[in-house]
Amino acid sequence: MQTPSFSHNLRHALVATVLAAIVVLPIFTLHLERAGVRTTIVPEWSTLLWGCLAVFVVQLLRPMLASKLPKFSLPTLPQAAPAQRNALLFSIAFIAIIWPFFAGRNAVDIATLAMIYVMLGLGLNVVVGFAGLLDLGFVGFYAVGAYTYALLFHWAGWSFWEALPLAGAASALFGFVLGFPVLRLRGDYLAIVTLGFGEIIRLLLVNLTDWTGGPDGISSIPKPSVLGLEMARNPSVEGASTFHQFFGLEFNSMHMVIFLYLMALLLATVTLFISNRLIRMPIGRAWEALREDEIACRSLGLNPMKIKLSAFTLGAMFAGFGGAFFAARQGIVNPESFTFIESALILAIVVLGGMGSQLGVILAAIILTTLPELAREFSEYRMLIFGLVMILMMIWRPQGLLPMKRHQVEVPA
Amino acid sequence: MSAPLLQVSQLSMRFGGLLAVDGIALDVQPQEIFAIIGPNGAGKTTVFNCISGFYRPTTGEITLSGERIAGQSSHQVANHGVVRTFQNVRLFKAMTALENLLVAQHRQHNAPLLSGLFNTARYRRSEEQKIHNALHWLDVMGLRDMANREAGNLAYGHQRRLEIARCMITKPRLLMLDEPAAGLNPQEKKDLQQLIDQLRREYAVAVLLIEHDMGLVMGVSERILVMEYGRPIALGLPEEIRNDERVIKAYLGEA
Repeated sequence: MQTPSFSHNLRHALVATVLAAIVVLPIFTLHLERAGVRTTIVPEWSTLLWGCLAVFVVQLLRPMLASKLPKFSLPTLPQAAPAQRNALLFSIAFIAIIWPFFAGRNAVDIATLAMIYVMLGLGLNVVVGFAGLLDLGFVGFYAVGAYTYALLFHWAGWSFWEALPLAGAASALFGFVLGFPVLRLRGDYLAIVTLGFGEIIRLLLVNLTDWTGGPDGISSIPKPSVLGLEMARNPSVEGASTFHQFFGLEFNSMHMVIFLYLMALLLATVTLFISNRLIRMPIGRAWEALREDEIACRSLGLNPMKIKLSAFTLGAMFAGFGGAFFAARQGIVNPESFTFIESALILAIVVLGGMGSQLGVILAAIILTTLPELAREFSEYRMLIFGLVMILMMIWRPQGLLPMKRHQVEVPA
Repeated sequence: MSAPLLQVSQLSMRFGGLLAVDGIALDVQPQEIFAIIGPNGAGKTTVFNCISGFYRPTTGEITLSGERIAGQSSHQVANHGVVRTFQNVRLFKAMTALENLLVAQHRQHNAPLLSGLFNTARYRRSEEQKIHNALHWLDVMGLRDMANREAGNLAYGHQRRLEIARCMITKPRLLMLDEPAAGLNPQEKKDLQQLIDQLRREYAVAVLLIEHDMGLVMGVSERILVMEYGRPIALGLPEEIRNDERVIKAYLGEA
């Protein structure tokens, strides 16, 4: 490769520096300072200068460094023999089940959160990855699931296990009803309309104060019971026995944390199993075909509306299950938990992992939920780091961490 | 003459101020091979799009065995047994040849969703049946060796044959081919002519054909409709068309 001339590099570096200055100026350099009633803008030029200098030097040296840096590429997964694969899966499952018993409370809590996002990611993966429908309002269905349980508990006293199937069904119904008018659109238009629907659901939750408690939400939602046994120090109903009494254990609040984790793990595994089957089934093939060429699908008698709706509805259903579990874990739901940024995060999980790649989505969900928790001291810069990661991914790995590998139907010998 | 399979009468299609198709009438008998020819931009593909439900005709009637199909959406028309290929091949490129044929059977032999989730015997039987059908059509088209190849990586001639196979596996009554010989070499054109004839004989399908290759059109079709500027200018047997003055004028221009 021909190395560009020095003057070319210099020009590039100067342009980059000016751009950096423009971006950095309002954010880092200009501070508002209040003195009594007066607010003044106080510029702090040294940050700007140092920042611009750093950009200039890096940009100037980059072409020289680029050739010396080792080529960096993520490995693709090696193909394992079925026996090895099963052994590997089994050991992963075993570790995933066993480790919380030896881990700290905080770690298990974070892992539970990660599992919720695995579930949401896999659900959205059905819509975005498999069917190719860009859905920016996924969090709406998550909210429907959470509020279904919360409201059923609040108004009718339903328990988690009674409400869980209904939460999935309610979200699926919402997905179906919203999908009906919306799925005529495609691409960007679909993205915008789903974004709107996500916000509408949130605003409804805020404003239907009489039913949903408005911005305060609904609180003191009970945690799931274990086989009908409550997990608490003392039974809420006179005469009933709790989990630790029944099994003759010492009461330990850690039991609940571990139980919630195992439940989240179970829900995530079920979601994985179902979406894994779906993509191999005729409906999964139809999603793929539709993603590739809608006109060809229509010419073969496939009803695009029905096929898209099935993806949208199934995706929403997974979000509903996740939502009900989220409500139970938090003990409180309010519209704050279901803002657009949440939808964006779930979409980022799918895109970072590799659209359609289930393993990638799981990996991305775990990374994107645990990293911010581990690096709490950097929490101010979370969005900055997030943006940086996105840009790096665009450059090095635009197809995602573990790009989707199609499962092919082989001709039997 | 027996009752026609497809009957089109007074078909017009207007796009804003442009009358793309004006007063087209044709009928296709069961197992007939019928060709539509005409200069570029004559409105042939627009007629195809109207019949196959991709356009809603401005006026006119389209019936299939007496049942009205004009104005139905494309997937409904396809489910009546009218399937088509496209001028630019439209395969599912990232899927294998076999999978292309499996998708086309979506409407047939489909086990319910739950039986698929649990991989029941019924579901496995229906999948095996689909693969069996697909392999049959790959054999007919001579594509058996390419079953596991991605459709987008096949040679152009093979892609064309695969697209026809994908139509035939839906068991159509009327097969509509939009310029099937475009981009094929002389040998492939000859094979295509035999194939069209074979499909009609063995699978009892009627064929409606748009084609520019006169050798193919004259060799295979029983009747021909000639269009120019959206209007029909001649309809008849190949010999009649070959000697029709208006047709010669349309193709060669006035002396």
